[in-house]
Amino acid sequence: MDKVIEFENISKEYSGFSIKNIDLNINKGYITGFVGANGSGKSTTIKMIMNLVKPDSGEVNIFEMNHNNDEKDIKQKIGFVYDDNIYYEGLNLRDLHKIVAPAYKNWDKKAFQHYIETFDLPLNQPIKYFSKGMRMKASLVLALSHNPELLIMDEPTAGLDPVFRKELLNILQEIMMNENKTIFFSTHITSDLEKIADYIVFIKDGEIIFNHSINSLQNEFALVKGDRSLIDRDTEDEFDYINYKGEYFEAMTQNPKVIYEVFGDEVSIDNISLEEIMYFLNGAD
Amino acid sequence: MRILLSNSSKEPFYNQIYEQIKSFILSDELKDGENLPSMRKLAHDLGVSVITVKRAYDELEKESFIYSIVGKGSFVSENNIALIKEKKMQAVEEQLQAVVSNSKEIGISLEELQEMLKIFYRE
Repeated sequence: MDKVIEFENISKEYSGFSIKNIDLNINKGYITGFVGANGSGKSTTIKMIMNLVKPDSGEVNIFEMNHNNDEKDIKQKIGFVYDDNIYYEGLNLRDLHKIVAPAYKNWDKKAFQHYIETFDLPLNQPIKYFSKGMRMKASLVLALSHNPELLIMDEPTAGLDPVFRKELLNILQEIMMNENKTIFFSTHITSDLEKIADYIVFIKDGEIIFNHSINSLQNEFALVKGDRSLIDRDTEDEFDYINYKGEYFEAMTQNPKVIYEVFGDEVSIDNISLEEIMYFLNGAD
Repeated sequence: MRILLSNSSKEPFYNQIYEQIKSFILSDELKDGENLPSMRKLAHDLGVSVITVKRAYDELEKESFIYSIVGKGSFVSENNIALIKEKKMQAVEEQLQAVVSNSKEIGISLEELQEMLKIFYRE
């Protein structure tokens, strides 16, 4: 499978926080969701993709190119959406269009018009009067109008209502009808990812804990519940994380088959949501 | 073809898609050779990830319900009735040859053989 983003042994030291020897591959033609707790390194990772932060060591390749040699070519192929609005608040979309368009070789006026109409955005109103959802849409319009091959978004759904989130997911899926497009975005709203993401990358304390397809996540992880008395020193090892609540235990396993062989019908083995996986992997209390 | 996915089902989406397409094929609602929607279109329409639909299509292909042609898409397998017929025909011919050579060895005439065959055929 073609890789659009490749991190090889990337490290970055900050005081009190570090990215540790990250390897990361993002497949072309798919949506990859990027999850992790606050301060786990999501934004730093995204900034390294965009060359806004330089790693201390290791190599970042985007479209098999390197920022040191081909930064301009790489940026032409990327659409980038931040969580905060980076544009001058006093400007309207017509002005912003004039400023942003010349920066891209492939700027597509028709695409710009199309998105303005689809998102129902006013061209003449200053951004400062936009609602949060409208600002998000404005950023998307400006990120998509040069037909980027790779769309990167940092928390695009943060603070948005369910109606708009649904709309956004729909737009993303429309983009994915083209198999040459790739989307990589971070979010806290895991239910959004469970529907449309093909791959999930989970980061914790600056380390990539997993990079799985959504199918293997559903198959390999399970939530197990049962009577506390079933757990002893030997059976405890079969679980990744165990929570005790009164007489019961609740645990995550990455090996539901083995659990079934050991406990049979004495425990319930259920699907686990991405949110619960994150909860357990972040060190359930 | 109308696929309905249930959020409350225990079955994962790919399995729901797999089961429903399979039943469309078995009930002939999807005809032999019919073009299935592209994976990306179906993913979009159902609001699920591309890889989920891909998994369902892969399973269907593994069990020969559908086949894919790169660049053209996925199709319902022509129910290999023609192929099955051909194979059976071949077996019948081989068995008849054995009957004829055995008959010749013990001097059964063609007329006698035809008589015997008529009796067996009617049974």
